Amino acid sequence: MTLDSKVPSGPIEKAWEKTRFDLKLVNPANKRKHTLIVVGSGLAGASAAATLGELGYNVKCFCFQDSPRRAHSIAAQGGINAAKNYQNDGDSVYRLFYDTVKGGDFRAREANVYRLAEISVHIIDQCVAQGVPFAREYGGALTNRSFGGAQVSRTFYARGQTGQQLLLGAYQALERQARAGTVAMYPRTEMLDLIVIDGKARGIVTRHLVTGEIQTHFADAVILGTGGYGNVYYLSTNAKGSNATAIWRAHKRGALFANPCFTQIHPTCIPVSGDYQSKLTLMSESLRNDGRIWVPLKKGDKRPPNEIPEAERDYYLERRYPSFGNLVPRDVASRNAKAVCDEGRGVGETGLGVYLDFSDAIARLGRHVIEERYGNLFDMYQRITDEDPYQVPMRIYPAIHYTMGGLWVDYQLQSTIPGLFVIGEANFSDHGANRLGASALMQGLSDGYFIIPYTVGDYIASNKFAKVDASHPEAQAALACVRQMTEKLLSIRGKRTVDSFHRELGKIMWDYCGMSRNAEGLKKAIGEIRQLREEYWQNVNVPGSDDDINQSLEKAGRVADFFELGELMCIDALERNESCGGHFREEYQTPDGEAQRDDEHYSYAAAWGYRGPGNPPDVYKEPLEFHYVHPSQRSYK
Amino acid sequence: MKLTLKIWRQKNSNDKGAFVSYPMGNVNPDMSMLECLDVLNETLTERGEEPVAFEHDCREGICGSCGFMINGVAHGPERATTVCQLTMRHFKDGDELVLEPWRAHAFPFLKDLCVDRRAFDRIIAAGGYVSVSTGNAPDANAIPVGKDIADQAMDAAACIGCGACVAACPNAAAALFTGAKVAHLSVLPQGKVEADRRALAMVAQMNEEGFGNCTNIGECTGVCPKSIPLQVIARMNRDFFRASLKRRDEPATTITPVYDWKVKTQ
Amino acid sequence: MSTTAVSLRQSRAAAFWYSTTGKKIVMAITGAMLFLFVIGHMVGNLQIFEGREKLNAYGHLLHSLSEPLWAVRAVLIAAIVLHIIATVQLALRNKAARPVGYSRREAINSSYASRTMYWSGPIVLAFVIFHLLHLTAGIIVPGAAFIDGDVYHNVVSGFEVWWVSVWYIFAICLLGFHLRHGIWSMFQSVGLNHPRYTPLLKQAAIWIAAIIVIGYISIPISVLLGLVKE
Repeated sequence: MTLDSKVPSGPIEKAWEKTRFDLKLVNPANKRKHTLIVVGSGLAGASAAATLGELGYNVKCFCFQDSPRRAHSIAAQGGINAAKNYQNDGDSVYRLFYDTVKGGDFRAREANVYRLAEISVHIIDQCVAQGVPFAREYGGALTNRSFGGAQVSRTFYARGQTGQQLLLGAYQALERQARAGTVAMYPRTEMLDLIVIDGKARGIVTRHLVTGEIQTHFADAVILGTGGYGNVYYLSTNAKGSNATAIWRAHKRGALFANPCFTQIHPTCIPVSGDYQSKLTLMSESLRNDGRIWVPLKKGDKRPPNEIPEAERDYYLERRYPSFGNLVPRDVASRNAKAVCDEGRGVGETGLGVYLDFSDAIARLGRHVIEERYGNLFDMYQRITDEDPYQVPMRIYPAIHYTMGGLWVDYQLQSTIPGLFVIGEANFSDHGANRLGASALMQGLSDGYFIIPYTVGDYIASNKFAKVDASHPEAQAALACVRQMTEKLLSIRGKRTVDSFHRELGKIMWDYCGMSRNAEGLKKAIGEIRQLREEYWQNVNVPGSDDDINQSLEKAGRVADFFELGELMCIDALERNESCGGHFREEYQTPDGEAQRDDEHYSYAAAWGYRGPGNPPDVYKEPLEFHYVHPSQRSYK
Repeated sequence: MKLTLKIWRQKNSNDKGAFVSYPMGNVNPDMSMLECLDVLNETLTERGEEPVAFEHDCREGICGSCGFMINGVAHGPERATTVCQLTMRHFKDGDELVLEPWRAHAFPFLKDLCVDRRAFDRIIAAGGYVSVSTGNAPDANAIPVGKDIADQAMDAAACIGCGACVAACPNAAAALFTGAKVAHLSVLPQGKVEADRRALAMVAQMNEEGFGNCTNIGECTGVCPKSIPLQVIARMNRDFFRASLKRRDEPATTITPVYDWKVKTQ
Repeated sequence: MSTTAVSLRQSRAAAFWYSTTGKKIVMAITGAMLFLFVIGHMVGNLQIFEGREKLNAYGHLLHSLSEPLWAVRAVLIAAIVLHIIATVQLALRNKAARPVGYSRREAINSSYASRTMYWSGPIVLAFVIFHLLHLTAGIIVPGAAFIDGDVYHNVVSGFEVWWVSVWYIFAICLLGFHLRHGIWSMFQSVGLNHPRYTPLLKQAAIWIAAIIVIGYISIPISVLLGLVKE
């Protein structure tokens, strides 16, 4: 199989315009004759479902939560980038494009990123028109803030709840269509398989999480906006329910999975406090603007932070990166925190933490300024840790946050299965090996509001769709497959809980496929994962039945997929013999410990194909060409 | 520390529920209420019993999934905190915590601590939006919005739709939830255009759902994790009043709530 | 998909009345009218401290304005009726809104007065009926004989009976509670709430309620203490 990215020839500035012109259209009267399935109701899914509904398609939108408003996009804090140049500070579509390609360490497809930057300005317009209460200047104009990896202020925000407000905007548009009858909403309904008929995605198998009913739904195209897979690590900033089941089962039906090992680790999260810990809480990146990061110079220094004199502190980021200091990109900040903790200089009870100290900023600016800037974050920190960050330094540690990898899609966001489109974090397309802050929201909405409505239309207009229903053998096979797995999980009745397996898997992933990786560790991890997976299918205990709410059963299916995906992540990380962005292979670093890319051999997206249980996956390579932004070594010294 | 969790257990709405007491041996004061339930559920599963069903997702206090009554207070004793961020250090060693689901006609019971809150979605669907389809928008800075107005809108828009306001209201009213959306949109120039229609339609749907009425006592705002003020209810009342006095041709319509989960295929 | 049928509503006036918000607005407006009456009535009654002539003259004045008086009475009766119907309907609705109660519920944010509106209202109503039968119609005569036109005599002789005064003081105190919530609540119901003025209004409501209570109960207390006598 060769991977055709479908990027049109010609200048990148015209690529999207040209594509839009070349895409076929569906007559307005015909649109309602076509049913489309959208799985997921986050920024990407909700915006796609709403917009397709507005266009007149017959849309069915699925989410596993009780309401589309719960999707985890809601938790994004910082903001959304757009090349509006409202600050007159030299921003442009080209600069946003440039920053994003560079920030992704030259592992993203240029044309996709350019289009993302181009569309970013329309997203802000649309969201403002929907009533998203972005922060404003006194004169009534929109205001911006700066974010990591950029030298301009282009981030739009709504306090620390930008994701919430954008999602509610999309959710409200979605509910408007639900009321208008163009979108049928299916909450508490989890997609468990993809139905592929005659080589095209034609439907899904779902389980209803209240009644346990397993059903089939058919459509002319299926759109997945089901988010990322950071929960492979058990502890992450993702929601507890975030899962990879939809994309993984689609992968097993033939969709290629690209760059699975590209995960982002966010440097400023509240450290783990005990074994019971169920998730990690992010503290906004903006804190690094005024906080100074340090650890004690001496190993195992257990004195309280305020008793450690200035001379015995190591402000390691300021020391190693004098020009960027505490504001180095996420991957660099995370790796350095791990390094000092590995040296035994970490702080807190577990030794896995570094100080983020505001005492200088408070002395310089006064407490009220800090309160104004970060008050709600400080309150949240205090609520969780019971420590007052105005008095003692915060303790932070990196945590899994986002996954750049995902199902492989072409320029039209179509996967390798015709009729299966993948949007938002679920696809691999725009962020390369490292995502810049405030770009995830941008991508989700760009895909949903402005790309998928065009490209799905082209697919619908260019294909003929035979009528299919549940009696089709492929549908029956998929249905049987889901039933069998459900029955199997419920029948094992072993000794260990689903969570205990998940936690153990997470630890393997974090230790060997986390912030830094090496060949030996990855091989070890693959062995351990296989072993643990085998034990899982012998010894997991899923109580209850399949005909009512059974949260253990829901988790059990998701964790089963995490085992397989986790293994693929390690295989991908092992195959990529270079360091780039969030993927840091210890063998490949510059003399001073920075990531060392190998553009000659690894300037490609690795798309993996599933070959059945027990068989090693196939890899297909989509070469990445850089005609506009030329790859260079990132330096923040 | 030691605690006793007295939890409402009920398999489904047809089953007769009852409180069951679970003594907890070593509760870490740093764990959240939900993590405490996780620990209990692990033990129950190991013992071969069914774990307690409760709603949760983001565990950062923003998705609005979680919530139940703790000792008669929605989301427990800490103000402006959801149960996922409520740490156990707020309780004393030896305390008994009574955990009960939200109770309201409009929130039909599902299982243990879970209820069905689709009524909220239907209220939003009735008019909690700006009718602007993708592509309709003018430039984002074309209409200036004063900082105070944007702040006011944001205060109301912070609602997470958890349902604590309904749960805490002696009348099971949804005025704070509905008012928050009305207030968020109708103070903004973008949302003002259809403020009349919105207020009439959302109030009509709120009534259709069988929520109680607001008696202005303020229990809702006391338990609200986002401290949404009572002003939003006044805003809804005002918009409704004004819209009712104005002439308009189209009457507000409502949707009959459907509580079962029968899924339509095809 | 959870929705199917779309039902059409009645006329606008009916839709207003059938909605919870509309009924609350009706309660607010009728409540405001009754509140104005309570103020006016108190100011009139306090003339008792200026002596028999003054009070009786006031009574005569009101009676001489027969048509306007009945018009006002009709409005007040209509206000009371609407206020009560709306309350009863809303109360029934509220009961239906929570068919299964909590095993335990703590109030954390509301005033005692606001939670007891359902009690203070009917008791005050019972008192008003008693009060009308006693001092307006002269049907209930607990003390010395009712003398039509001698308001001063009727009031003083009535309050000299200890239980009449106690009942009066008790009911007025409840009225005070009712107003302490009602005075600011009616603004809220018609949609007037302001971050700066509403807290002041809430404070003012306490004071106004207190003044009304003191104003009214000063009469029976003065009678009992013998400061006002025949």
